[in-house]
Amino acid sequence: MTTDGATALGAAQPEEAAFAQPVSCGEPILQVRDLVKHFPLTRGVLFKRQVGAVKAVDGVSFDLVKGETLGIVGESGCGKSTLAKVLMNLEPATAGSVKYKGEEISGLRGSALKAVRRNIQMVFQDPYTSLNPRMTVGDIIGEPYEIHPEVAPKGQRKTAVQDLLDVVGLNPEYINRYPHQFSGGQRQRIGIARGLALKPEVIICDEPVSALDVSVQAQVINLLEQLQGEFDLSYMFIAHDLSIVRHISDRVGVMYLGKMVELGSDAEIYDHATHPYTQALLSAVPVPDPTARERRDRIVLTGDVPSPANPPSGCRFRTRCWKAQDRCAVEEPLLARPAWLTGLAVHDSACHFAAEREIELSAAEREIELSAAEREIGPRAAEREVGPSTPEREIGPSTAERQENEGGETGTPQ
Amino acid sequence: MPDPFDPENPTHTRLPDTHALDYAGNQGMAVEQDQLLETRPEKREEARSLWQDAWRDLRRRPIFLVSAVLIVLLVIIAIFPGLFTDADPRHADLVNNYLKKPNWTDFFGAGWFGYDGQGRSIYARVLYGARASITVGICVTLAVAITGGLAGMVAGYFGGWVDALISRLVDIFFGIPLLLGALVILNAFTHRTVWSVVFALAFLGWTQIARVMRGAVLTVKQADYVTAARALGAGTRRIMFRHILPNAVAPVIVVATIALGGYIAAEATLSYLGIGLQDPTISWGIDISSAQNVIRTAPYALFFPAAALSITVLAFIMLGDAVRDALDPKLR
Amino acid sequence: MTTIVGMPLLDVRDLHVEFVTRDGVAKAVNGVNYRVSAGETLAVLGESGSGKSVTAQAIMGILDMPPARIPKGQILFKGEDMLTMGKDARRKIRGQKIAMIFQDALSSLNPVLSVGYQLGEMFRAHRGASHKDAKAKAVELMDRVRIPAAAQRVNDYPHQFSGGMRQRIMIAMALALEPDLIIADEPTTALDVTVQAQVMDLLAELQAEYHMGLILITHDLGVVADVADKIAVMYAGQIVETAPVHDLYAAPAHPYTRGLLDSIPRLDQKGQELFAIKGLPPNLLRIPPGCPFNPRCPRAQDICRRTDPPLTQVVADDGEPVLGRASACHFWKETLRDD
Repeated sequence: MTTDGATALGAAQPEEAAFAQPVSCGEPILQVRDLVKHFPLTRGVLFKRQVGAVKAVDGVSFDLVKGETLGIVGESGCGKSTLAKVLMNLEPATAGSVKYKGEEISGLRGSALKAVRRNIQMVFQDPYTSLNPRMTVGDIIGEPYEIHPEVAPKGQRKTAVQDLLDVVGLNPEYINRYPHQFSGGQRQRIGIARGLALKPEVIICDEPVSALDVSVQAQVINLLEQLQGEFDLSYMFIAHDLSIVRHISDRVGVMYLGKMVELGSDAEIYDHATHPYTQALLSAVPVPDPTARERRDRIVLTGDVPSPANPPSGCRFRTRCWKAQDRCAVEEPLLARPAWLTGLAVHDSACHFAAEREIELSAAEREIELSAAEREIGPRAAEREVGPSTPEREIGPSTAERQENEGGETGTPQ
Repeated sequence: MPDPFDPENPTHTRLPDTHALDYAGNQGMAVEQDQLLETRPEKREEARSLWQDAWRDLRRRPIFLVSAVLIVLLVIIAIFPGLFTDADPRHADLVNNYLKKPNWTDFFGAGWFGYDGQGRSIYARVLYGARASITVGICVTLAVAITGGLAGMVAGYFGGWVDALISRLVDIFFGIPLLLGALVILNAFTHRTVWSVVFALAFLGWTQIARVMRGAVLTVKQADYVTAARALGAGTRRIMFRHILPNAVAPVIVVATIALGGYIAAEATLSYLGIGLQDPTISWGIDISSAQNVIRTAPYALFFPAAALSITVLAFIMLGDAVRDALDPKLR
Repeated sequence: MTTIVGMPLLDVRDLHVEFVTRDGVAKAVNGVNYRVSAGETLAVLGESGSGKSVTAQAIMGILDMPPARIPKGQILFKGEDMLTMGKDARRKIRGQKIAMIFQDALSSLNPVLSVGYQLGEMFRAHRGASHKDAKAKAVELMDRVRIPAAAQRVNDYPHQFSGGMRQRIMIAMALALEPDLIIADEPTTALDVTVQAQVMDLLAELQAEYHMGLILITHDLGVVADVADKIAVMYAGQIVETAPVHDLYAAPAHPYTRGLLDSIPRLDQKGQELFAIKGLPPNLLRIPPGCPFNPRCPRAQDICRRTDPPLTQVVADDGEPVLGRASACHFWKETLRDD
């Protein structure tokens, strides 16, 4: 089920090994197996009866390896934030297991849970609501020590807080100020300092930079990367921005409608995606380079994400997928390594027809691609193997066709 | 050199697309080598809590100043009425002073506002009447804020059946009109004092605060900083009193201040109806009631206690308004 | 693509907007100039507080005045100054000739009225259409923005549509009276990536079809690259650089633009440390003297702290001025050559 990077890398071609990060070769610090979180939908005021459930997270499994950054990407409503809350034990899991260093932590309560919290901390999305406006920065960052007094004895707390402020790049003299006296980027630093206070091993970052301005985003991302090295942290980095996730992650998981649809190293996902959803997602990311606009072959998905209360049968992506067959409606594809693929395309993918994208390139475009590859920025460098069982379908529909397809709310395309 | 952290210039505004106004300035950055250090201001900024901000804002509001001066004055009168007059409010001289007209030149004298139908100094009675009104107002508000606040917080925080129970109870109480309910309750007392009136009003009034508090707690409970505290392992007590209460209490303060004026008016009404305070307690309501028989011959006997009552109620409502504006989270 | 034939559709000249706050005067827009012609897409790029949205609101005439005030400047629409014309004339232009699309479609639509009614209202109010005609027009519009099964969904309420569909309805509403100019303020920021692409494509296509001018206000350099013809980069209420889209990305002529481009992680490049612009955007109550970017600029010299550089024409190495390129930096030559 998990990606064993060593084998995947062994199969990789030499020039691609350059991309290889130390991927998942250590011991897993967090093991998540078949995690499920359903929110019951109830009707009735006095006598509530369940009429259904929002399947926010529906059977997700992955490992987080010590010292790595696992990126989780997906669109709104895919369950990535719920996943973070369940991992943090802020919401009870409906089913499944979460193991921290081999010990089951889901469903823990009381002092056992409190002990686990020391090791897993969280950084929140919105720096404007994640800090108590009525507390000083010193109190906010010092609160972890009040809750866990064993971490820092009373006399040393102020020094500890000031050290933390210094670590995240804020003036230690700011200790008596209030959150509203800081900008968004600075507040996010305060939030990070609070997360670091208990010296955790795992930090779950839930969209930590998406509320920040572009120029400040980079500062915070650099800070997170720097801290990872300094404190030997493992990150789970949840975001909807694929570029940022690629920048910071060693491995990436793609979620769609409560399921993990693809999981692999960053090169495997970004350059050798085999799940149609990942491919569509990647192709839709706006690239800040107008010369790319002509040569990018964008897949425009039709319709909207179905409701997680009533997901499609079989493969959940089939309603928007151009590869969908009858089989997809009946049989749910499991997250596994497709046997028919080779090279970096071999990584976990939950698609019956997993295959890398073929991109038709004209001669001129090929030239651009090649020159890009020389500069080592080549995105989908020119490898094009055909997956054996790939149905012969046009992957990038022509503009005219796309327009016709567009807006098909639900229902299998074509 | 403009100081970006000048405490006299907090940077809150309500402008569209100018969030950067919230940002601290960036002077002194040119010399800062480490790009991680966002700002190192040259001068130190004072720490300003939101309460301090609200206070600073409040101090600048004329409405607040007027109402605050009035209320301070009223409280001093209520505590030390003897400071302002030598006359005895219970001294009745029917022979000499029956409905004697006001003597406008007799400043602060016993006869300044004239005499009532029993020959008592209206000026003295207006001053001494403040005590009952202010006591009832403040005590009812305190009682209501504590009971209602607690009930609302427990309901909002725990939710589920606790919330269902408290909310239904609130609904039931809410259905009873304040005055009618108070009439019924006070009828059960043979000897009615200030405290029985306080009890009756507080018993019926806590629901308003409970509702406001419950709503505020439900909102604050969703905030990320509460989640963050839970993620740190904070216990229920810490979350309730460190995180939720300080952030949910603002609307309660506003509602309670405005309601205070209402309780004073309610006391006067009850006393007027003869079901609130009784002689020998001095109350504006009682005086208004006894003055209505002589309204044609001696309107001043009605006017002065009524004016005192109106000014007091108005002062508290104005204070509540000013506090609401200062605490308005949209300005933060 | 960017050739200007005759009069531009919209010509903003030396626009200043200030907000009077308790704490002083916040200078949100400080001398902005830009022009948009029919069929042209101008992207106004900037971070929060750069004045990009305030400028748009000033054009639309939807600023709350007070606290806002416009001490200086002209907004010429087809040669007429909208700031000095009468209220009625202005109202005729707003909505009919210039339409706006907002970021948050849900709060821009009335939740208690059906989508069809709200779309039809445009025709009833401005064109005096009957109820029946208005509804027919609404269906036609929904078709045009590719809302599936428009005829069935015309009576649905805003909350019954997904985010992407709601933004389409907003676009339909803006298009209803066939305006000459559309101002889109962060139209896709609230949407998911895959839906973003659909909506941007639709907008670009309709713009070409109707030959409208489009002002696209955004903070996202990626979105801009895909659809804009020319870009104006704003910082602290000023335009610091204007350029045709290709030129800007190839070689920015202002250190702020360069910093922005370098500080976004790219999907097609896996770098090491990200470049980060140090410091924070300035407080609009106290914009630093000289160039507003100088405290954060790696290139800042004494002159930058003293004089605010005007927007100057960028000249190529061969001495020819580059069409549509200007930079408000004392050292634009050096910045350009830095590549």
